[in-house]
Amino acid sequence: MTKPPVLILGGRSDIGLAIAHRFAADGHPIQLAARKAQGLAPEKSDLEVRYRVNVTLHEFDALDAGAPERLLAALPELPGIAVCAVGLLGQQEVSERDAQAARKVLRSNFEGPALVLAEIANRFEARGSGSIVGISSVAGDRGRASNYVYGAAKAGFTAFLSGLRNRLAKKGVHVLTVLPGFVATKMTEGHDLPPKLTASPQEIAEAMAWAVNRRRNVIYVKPVWSLVMLIIRNIPEPIFKRTRI
Amino acid sequence: MTLEGWGRFPRLACRVRAPRSEAELAALVAEGGLIARGNGRAYGDSAISVQNTVDMRRFNRMISFDETSGRLVAEAGVLLADVITCFLPRGWFPAVTPGTKFVTLGGMIAADVHGKNHHKEGSMASSMDWIELMGADRKVRRCSPSRNKALFEWTLGGMGLTGVILRAAVRLRPVETGWILQETIPAPSLAEAMAAFEARADATYSVAWIDCLARGPSLGRSLLMLGEHAELGELPAARRRSPFETPLRRRLVVPFDLPGLALNGNSVRAFNALHWRAGIRAAGERLVDWDSYFYPLDRIGNWNRIYGRKGLVQFQCVLPPDAARAGLEALLGEVSESGRGAFLAVLKKFGPGRGGLSFPQEGYTLALDFAANRKSLALISELDRIAIAHGGRFYLAKDSRLEAARLREADPRAEDFAAMRRADGTRPTFASAQSERLDL
Repeated sequence: MTKPPVLILGGRSDIGLAIAHRFAADGHPIQLAARKAQGLAPEKSDLEVRYRVNVTLHEFDALDAGAPERLLAALPELPGIAVCAVGLLGQQEVSERDAQAARKVLRSNFEGPALVLAEIANRFEARGSGSIVGISSVAGDRGRASNYVYGAAKAGFTAFLSGLRNRLAKKGVHVLTVLPGFVATKMTEGHDLPPKLTASPQEIAEAMAWAVNRRRNVIYVKPVWSLVMLIIRNIPEPIFKRTRI
Repeated sequence: MTLEGWGRFPRLACRVRAPRSEAELAALVAEGGLIARGNGRAYGDSAISVQNTVDMRRFNRMISFDETSGRLVAEAGVLLADVITCFLPRGWFPAVTPGTKFVTLGGMIAADVHGKNHHKEGSMASSMDWIELMGADRKVRRCSPSRNKALFEWTLGGMGLTGVILRAAVRLRPVETGWILQETIPAPSLAEAMAAFEARADATYSVAWIDCLARGPSLGRSLLMLGEHAELGELPAARRRSPFETPLRRRLVVPFDLPGLALNGNSVRAFNALHWRAGIRAAGERLVDWDSYFYPLDRIGNWNRIYGRKGLVQFQCVLPPDAARAGLEALLGEVSESGRGAFLAVLKKFGPGRGGLSFPQEGYTLALDFAANRKSLALISELDRIAIAHGGRFYLAKDSRLEAARLREADPRAEDFAAMRRADGTRPTFASAQSERLDL
């Protein structure tokens, strides 16, 4: 039986590539969508040599109007699984003072991912099958002074995925929300991350593949994060506003 | 960041960078004092530079594979384990493999590694079509047995000191199954072990575990392990349908450093005696999966921890055929007398060697592990002397403590290599803690 293709939006990111390897190893064809997609030619040949699957590259900028429609028209076939690994951490201090920068963080983490998944969701709904995976963040579980612009966008994305799941639950379409804590990637390079709370892109990919196969709804990649966030979410606001976490 | 080799001795605080592109790498080469590091499996300080260590594991893409010739083109940071995972199910296996699969292609080339088939198929060099590396001038050059020949010769075994290995073309060998037909031959003495190596020189793979604490007439008693890639017809009928499927091995771990006392003369002597008797019982032929045969120690994550917090030092030399018997007797006599042997002792017969700084040469190689401490270092120093007196030379991938003068006594090529490096400008640009210690 041939396996359905996996579309990866944000296919240049460390997490996106780790996911591509994980699914290609299981024999899924891969569709990598990213800006300057032709620059991913080495990744394409790597995946093809290692796993003997077909890999296609697709130009995609999540912030361009009309990008979702153009992308879907260009795909060789509608994927069985669509993963959105698009995101931008930005710098909180810059986002506080520079509206342009804040807008880019908000759009890259919420608007762009939500609009492309909305388009894919409609196609999956019409077909009556498929898995949609959104990589959100624990930062969206509660706004904190240190990264609330990014966190707010992720909170929006998490809510969007939850609504999508609710809408599509009876239509045969599965929606998975992945909530990584810290991840060691290009995006976080140079940040001092606690090793016990930090996942590798490969761990994310592994946890995600497991959750897709079991049609889970929401997963924290490192289980300790569900506990950490449970506590953080439940600190009363009068106390929380005085903390620095 | 603190770096150490697989032997965990020495440990040095180093500046480490992990570039993602050739442009980023070129900027680091410009800074000089650079050594490329793969997966950290060299035992000593070969891939450690205090000033400028470059982690090459992000250069880990495969570029092409020819299904008819078995030629793989890949970046230097690709792990051998990944090569096996991808290509064994298609009927291909590395033509040359060291005793661990957790090495990078770049590391294998830099050390010109050898395997249990050296006597028949030579070292890593014999399976290489070409190598591309970035030189001190930040230009990328391709070298091969026919193009930039000198660079090719020195790079294989040059321990990363001729430039940063970026990509290579390596040939795999066709196999029909993932199984090895292993034959165990107990040899109650050194003479019998060597005679068995000579008598069975036709075997594709051969290696011996040697009891380095046995004394008197048992000195050098060994379990010789021969191997052949099993053909399809040699598998039991039930396995023939999926000949590359082998049982998953449970990975064991050493969760913490054992106390330094755990390995002493008595515990090792007892272990060796048990292992010898088990070998006699297991004598004869049986089928073994590739992972157990080639990589028995990979199963135990961080086995280097059994030597305690201070780590371990390896001694590995090769002695030429005419002096091998006397040299091995002298080396083993010294070790068994000291009672400081360990159970990871290996004897193997090599085929003809090659140029460059490549380690293997015709004769017998002996590899021994010791806990890293003052007494072991003194003993190893004595072993150096004995090896040199018998025309032996040393394996730099295992070394963490040889002296520059000793290296030159053992291997006149070292000075040629150093002179070449001084002349072509690679010397200040590429340097490791080892190259500085050995004045290469």
